[in-house]
Amino acid sequence: MASIIDTPTTNAATDWDVERIRADFPVLHQTVNGKPLIYLDNSASSQVPQVVIDRGSVYIEQEHSNIHRGVHYLSQKATTAYEGAREKVKRFISARESRECIFVRGATEGINLVMYGYGRKFIGEGDEIVVSAMEHHANIVPWQMLCEEKGARLRVIPMNDAGELLLDEYDGLLNERTKFVSLIHVSNALGTINPVKEMIAQAHKYGVPVLIDGAQAAPHMPVDVQDLDADFYVFSGHKMYAPTGSGIVYGKAALLEKMNPFQGGGDMIKTVTFEKTTYADLPNKLEAGTPAIASQIGLGAAIDYLNSIGREQAAAYEAELLRYATKRISAIEGVRIIGTAKNKASVLSFVIDDIHPHDIGTILDQEGIAVRAGHHCAQPVMQFFKVPATARASFAFYNTKEEIDVLARTIERVIEIFS
Amino acid sequence: MSELSELYQQVILDHNKKPRNFRKLENANHTAEGYNPLCGDHLTIYVNVADDAVQEIAFEGSGCAISKAAASMMTQAVKGKTREQAEDLFKEFHLMVTGELDEEAEGNSLGNLKIFAGVRDFPVRVKCATLPWHTMHAALNKEDRVSTE
Repeated sequence: MASIIDTPTTNAATDWDVERIRADFPVLHQTVNGKPLIYLDNSASSQVPQVVIDRGSVYIEQEHSNIHRGVHYLSQKATTAYEGAREKVKRFISARESRECIFVRGATEGINLVMYGYGRKFIGEGDEIVVSAMEHHANIVPWQMLCEEKGARLRVIPMNDAGELLLDEYDGLLNERTKFVSLIHVSNALGTINPVKEMIAQAHKYGVPVLIDGAQAAPHMPVDVQDLDADFYVFSGHKMYAPTGSGIVYGKAALLEKMNPFQGGGDMIKTVTFEKTTYADLPNKLEAGTPAIASQIGLGAAIDYLNSIGREQAAAYEAELLRYATKRISAIEGVRIIGTAKNKASVLSFVIDDIHPHDIGTILDQEGIAVRAGHHCAQPVMQFFKVPATARASFAFYNTKEEIDVLARTIERVIEIFS
Repeated sequence: MSELSELYQQVILDHNKKPRNFRKLENANHTAEGYNPLCGDHLTIYVNVADDAVQEIAFEGSGCAISKAAASMMTQAVKGKTREQAEDLFKEFHLMVTGELDEEAEGNSLGNLKIFAGVRDFPVRVKCATLPWHTMHAALNKEDRVSTE
């Protein structure tokens, strides 16, 4: 196949020393089925750099103990590291105060925390909750559960064939019954970057609080919750180079304060008698029990790592990878890209005529290429595009154009096998 | 790609492209729907049972090459068999694709279904191959819907 390589368009991308970056990620240096691993499933979970692994190890080897409850040396060390990670998160998303950053297991738990703590208290019969047509299940099911319990109604912002939300329709959905808006920042299935700042402003005209699910945004672009004026912002650590079990709910302090606790237990109380319990102040009120301390400390280390490599440069390089991959893959006859929004993150979902994504995934895997094949926990998105599933390659700043070339050649081989 | 060519053999690719007995069976007296939520494979099995035997069997639906070929070849294999024989074949097929039956060394009635032996090297694909069989089993036992996950 003739080369269709674009010349790099930005200095940031040209200067990106991808080999130096790859050296930071031990998992990348292995073979799968005798072939070098090509990891293109970053939207499902990204890999962990050595510095993050090391930070977790230091905690386990030298600081392990419970936080917030010991006067002893180790507990103080662990508490300092844990609260230090919260401070890093605060700066990472430009929150006003670190107590606005609640540690959770991941974005899914974050949305559930807001549904239980805010939704169950402030949303009632006849009220409306607005989500978008491109939500993944984590931002549909909790709200459906709430609607069922309270007799509220779920409204859905439609999208066009490119996978872009119809903002006029969104405006039409907002009214005095609207009590909450919950939106995905970057679609995991389509890559669409939604104009959430404008959408938040629209909702605020009606006095409606907005949750932004930033699971796919936080790894790929700088996030400033104050600039967005988000009321809640959730994301997962394991999609941004931290271990699983780490994640954040940001919430404006005033909202977090008036919410109910999510779970009851240790750490979230001030006083307990059998007659009455008084709750702790933020953030502890919303963090019952012993958290995933090593993972959350790891999230802090992952933030340091992202800052050290340069988030803007990483984003520019990923944008170039997406451009290259889109050009290379869409040029293959029989391939259709699902999700062609103007503003996209480095996610490339595609289908091939008459070949099921699972068969594509299996054949790619034999060549050492990890992609996601399935409905991406976004079945309504699949229904909209009338496909049972898609194959999805999602790129991180440690991927290379050479890997994309191998992906393209292997897709051609898949088509050959099934021809 | 040796394991791969073991999985995607010509016969399987052919049945995927031109599935046999791929239609609705109007006179079916047993039907069931099979669904694999993991990958979206979805099929309906229609069976006409008379005199305790599978007189006719057909299927409709969409899915990956493995599930489609497995359904197609299953319909050919169980047509004319007694219910018991069909169920026994399901057991053998299941044991083979999960690696618990050596189809060459141990006695069985699998015949050309042995072509699916390669599936055992792809554990996540076992459900694709067995979905039609689970669904046939459900149809014969009057369960309406079966889900493999």
